[in-house]
Amino acid sequence: MIPATFDYVEAESADAALAALAQHGDEAKLMAGGHSLIPLMRFRLATPGVIVDIGRLSDLSYINDGGDHIAIGALTRHMAVETSDLLTTEVPLLAHVASQVGDPSVRHRGTIGGSIAHGDPASDLPAALLALQGSVVVKGPGGERVIPAGELFTGFLETAVGPDEMITEVRVPKVPGAGWSYQKFNRRAQDWAIVGCAAVANGSTTVSLVNMGPTPILASAVNDALASGADVDAASAVAAQGTEPPEDLNGDVEYRTALAQVLVKRALTEASGG
Amino acid sequence: MTVNGQSRAGDVEPRTLLVHYLRDDLELTGTNIGCDTSSCGACTVHVGGESVKSCTMLAVQARGEDVTTIEGMATNGELHPMQQAFMECHGLQCGYCTPGMIMAATSLLAENPNPTEAEVREGLEGNLCRCTGYHNIVKAVLQAADGGTNGGAS
Ligand SMILES: Cc1cc2nc3c(=O)[nH]c(=O)nc-3n(C[C@H](O)[C@H](O)[C@H](O)COP(=O)(O)OP(=O)(O)OC[C@H]3O[C@@H](n4cnc5c(N)ncnc54)[C@H](O)[C@@H]3O)c2cc1C
Ligand code: FES
Ligand code: FES
Repeated sequence: MIPATFDYVEAESADAALAALAQHGDEAKLMAGGHSLIPLMRFRLATPGVIVDIGRLSDLSYINDGGDHIAIGALTRHMAVETSDLLTTEVPLLAHVASQVGDPSVRHRGTIGGSIAHGDPASDLPAALLALQGSVVVKGPGGERVIPAGELFTGFLETAVGPDEMITEVRVPKVPGAGWSYQKFNRRAQDWAIVGCAAVANGSTTVSLVNMGPTPILASAVNDALASGADVDAASAVAAQGTEPPEDLNGDVEYRTALAQVLVKRALTEASGG
Repeated sequence: MTVNGQSRAGDVEPRTLLVHYLRDDLELTGTNIGCDTSSCGACTVHVGGESVKSCTMLAVQARGEDVTTIEGMATNGELHPMQQAFMECHGLQCGYCTPGMIMAATSLLAENPNPTEAEVREGLEGNLCRCTGYHNIVKAVLQAADGGTNGGAS
């Protein structure tokens, strides 16, 4: 299907994009890679009046060493994250998770900022950001602020990024020697996860879940259990505690609960080098 | 934008998808449309040398870009090595998925000139063949890679 009509503004800088958002208010929507937004617009599930295209802001496409963290420009494509030597060495989980998104053509266009801003509970990169305890840099009329991953996802497809703000950078702590795992369970290669699980073991262990609630979430029950000394079996048994798994054609609550337990167990085993 | 080496200019509605611009405005109908959900890859073209699903990109997003469609693959009447390999390996049945497969496969070889069979299968995960002729498609891509004769993107 063809999207509903809209006005198109090509932003030449982040500031120009913010000015366009301020001018058009609720009507306006940023477009980065368009790989979440265009499918929604084609089904008329999204009908923005104004599209502010930030896809050409190449100065926001970078992967830099920030000392204790890696700084990734919001417009960096999934393929660039997947193939980055710096990330493969310093934050291998993130490079691997990027390689699990959709298919190569999707990864040529989709951006890390767009994926995180979209906040789809079934998407891969937000879970990685949670498990890595990363953050995003957001720019708005009042200047810049940093939002930690744990405070970012506030509701179904809703984030703490305001309608007049944009994500400019994604930050992930360097964890070169850490154990890590990403378990994505799906039926067809290019699909979203039916359930997924990311784990990072770096002294303490942080686990996050994909598609187990209305937002990307931390597996808080698992993380608490591990912090109080539970072993892999005991920790994975509580994988679904406190979650609200969706029900759809791919699985009901019971199925997703069982999957979460299995995937958390696999992830913890792999992340602990087992 | 430049399409198959030719400079093209025109006014389009912002909501025009790249695939519709290519097919309806430029009459390059080799690029197919096989789904409504960005899943099938029949519409795959190259933008800046990389495979892209042209049904999931606005024509205006391609302004100033270098676009190649299946029509731009053969040079001087000579098939691209990937097209030749598809022909020799019977990498097509009804042919509907073929333009997209060839565009995705050449993009794959540009990034990874010597893929394993598994890497070819993963590299083509975004392209569906309703005739399910995957075996010979993979064979063709491996042959084009082996041939070493520029299996890469245009
Ligand atoms: C066939 C297909 C398969 C896919 N499979 C997967 C998958 O397996 N796993 C997965 O995780 N994803 C998958 N995706 C989604 C893909 O990863 C998208 O690229 C990504 O979710 C969105 O990034 P984008 O740059 O395309 O964002 P866009 O679609 O341009 O934007 C998405 C939303 O984010 C907002 N936005 C974008 N950039 C910013 C910014 N810098 N600041 C603030 N707001 C912003 C937009 O306004 C919009 O609301 C798939 C997509 C397709 C088409
Ligand atoms: S028509 Fe573009 S992916 Fe199916
Ligand atoms: S050959 Fe018929 S769809 Fe692939």
